[in-house]
Amino acid sequence: MATNTGTIGFPAIASEDMGAQRASRTRRLLRFFRRELLGTFGLLLVVVIAGTGLGAELLAPYNPTANDFGAMMEAPSWQHLLGTDQFGRDLLSRIIFGARTAMIVGLSSALIGGTIGLIMGVGSAYFGGRTDLILQRVFDVFMAFPLIILALAVVAIFGTGVQNVIIAITIPLIPRCARVVRSSALAIREVPYVDAARAMGFGHTRIILCHMVPNVMAPFLIMVTAFVGQAVLAEASLSYLGLGVQEPVPAWGLMLQGGAEEYASSAPWIAIFPGVAIVLSVLGINLFGDALRDTLDPKLRKR
Amino acid sequence: MLRYVIKRVALVIPTLLGAAALVFVLMRLIPGDVCVVRLGSSGGTFDPKAIAQCHAELGMDRPVLVQFADFVWGFLHFDFGTSMWSGAPVTSEIWARLPISLEIAILATVIAIAIAIPLGAISAIKQNTWIDVVVRIFAVGGIATPSFWLGIVSLLIVLDVTSAVFGAPWMPPIEYVPIWVDPLRNLSMAFLPAVTVGYRYAAVSMRMTRSAMLEVMQEDYIRTARAKGLINKLIINRHALKNALLPVVTLIGIEFAFLIGGLVVTEQVFNLNGVGRLFVQAVQNQDYTLTQALVMLTVMVFVICNLIVDLLYAWLDPRIRFS
Repeated sequence: MATNTGTIGFPAIASEDMGAQRASRTRRLLRFFRRELLGTFGLLLVVVIAGTGLGAELLAPYNPTANDFGAMMEAPSWQHLLGTDQFGRDLLSRIIFGARTAMIVGLSSALIGGTIGLIMGVGSAYFGGRTDLILQRVFDVFMAFPLIILALAVVAIFGTGVQNVIIAITIPLIPRCARVVRSSALAIREVPYVDAARAMGFGHTRIILCHMVPNVMAPFLIMVTAFVGQAVLAEASLSYLGLGVQEPVPAWGLMLQGGAEEYASSAPWIAIFPGVAIVLSVLGINLFGDALRDTLDPKLRKR
Repeated sequence: MLRYVIKRVALVIPTLLGAAALVFVLMRLIPGDVCVVRLGSSGGTFDPKAIAQCHAELGMDRPVLVQFADFVWGFLHFDFGTSMWSGAPVTSEIWARLPISLEIAILATVIAIAIAIPLGAISAIKQNTWIDVVVRIFAVGGIATPSFWLGIVSLLIVLDVTSAVFGAPWMPPIEYVPIWVDPLRNLSMAFLPAVTVGYRYAAVSMRMTRSAMLEVMQEDYIRTARAKGLINKLIINRHALKNALLPVVTLIGIEFAFLIGGLVVTEQVFNLNGVGRLFVQAVQNQDYTLTQALVMLTVMVFVICNLIVDLLYAWLDPRIRFS
């Protein structure tokens, strides 16, 4: 028992061990890049899009909200690489700034929803009994709402705008993560080191956060990656419906609303490029997520 | 089997009640007074008497529990009250728009199954060949493409192609005609929306078919079948595909309920007056009676789809009903 707690309760890792650990981590990362070509490509796409969003001010050639009524619905040219919309706004600049909106909404809803779900899922498995039963029924209820429907209902209450869209997308993601994490945590609850931690007299919070949560990281990371893609799509859909991010904030879904359909035949670039941006970012996230799953899920690793 | 059916049906009740409670609470979380919103739309100052009368009309002066019981009771015999926007009964508002949405949903499911199962199976059988790669790219693309954008682009293509071929652009009709009145017109309206919603559906099911098929192909009984000299076609059709389809059936059932979400967006693109569009309008107009009825209906469809899938699964796989 005592030796058992030594390794998990008080990790007495010497500095050379730490060095070796870091080296093996680098090696693992390199192996991921070598083995998972598609996943690496996906990661690269995500990094490029996130970087674009971060450095939007430096990269965008024009102000994304500035109208140039002398250059409305102009076809792609050297001056406007992706053309302009019906208000004379530069599409490339709007797509670059839209990356920021997509990443803010995608990452924050996925991370907040995932983290709350992680804690609820592990807690549900750890406490078991009645707590588990009640939480399970609550998850059931929330899971009975398709993501976009629950998000729309939440928007109906809180209203539109970036912050409310994040809340609206976060809420449906919580039970989806909790459900998956719980099933992994149920197996961990029976493992001797959790008993050992309990025998040592550790509190519930410490056991959950230090001993159980790190061991369900694999399914958690897989879920959160998938969530980012779902959140980006949900944000685009809500904004497209006019119930998400509002003008003048540049958002990809919003760019496809209104003008895009109306002018589709005379100015197809308005309808095409924002959609390409959505597809590329979700594609990148999903490709990376699939590769991550193959690497982290031992059942698939054998293959 | 009967015991399993009873147990499974009993589980539906707490979920539906919980969902009803959630919708009920959500709709009452809306900032401000529903009556103020309602009276405010006509402008002018509010008479406290008019607000009290409106509260009494909506039954909001009664205890919350009574209101909830009333809400559930109304739901049980499909009485959702009247739309706050149009004044018409919610049931008739929904009923009028149901056929087109239902038709698109069913057509999308048929298209998805017709694409997903053969392609998923071929992709698994020819694992790591160019066919597999093409099918997987098609599937990954389907999950990443927002249905509304696909709708816009497909409309754009139809417009361009028809104006190039016929000289005049053609658009799918938006007025609903039942299929038995004018099948051609009906299908020309429903086909494109069904394809755009169905693509994602097909992509998800295809991935599931492929991975289930890959798993089954490694089973001992497939090796046995091969060892006794059974021809490949029989192994695949009779032994592998049949067993691989179980998880796919589940997924198709669950995804059918998610189609409602897809319809909300797609009907907007194609300007179709269906239930999804009604939902968006209800949220935009802050029509809370209509919104709560539509949310509850969606949940009910979802829960019933799940129930059917579970029962079907138990019927197909005896291990479940006996466990």
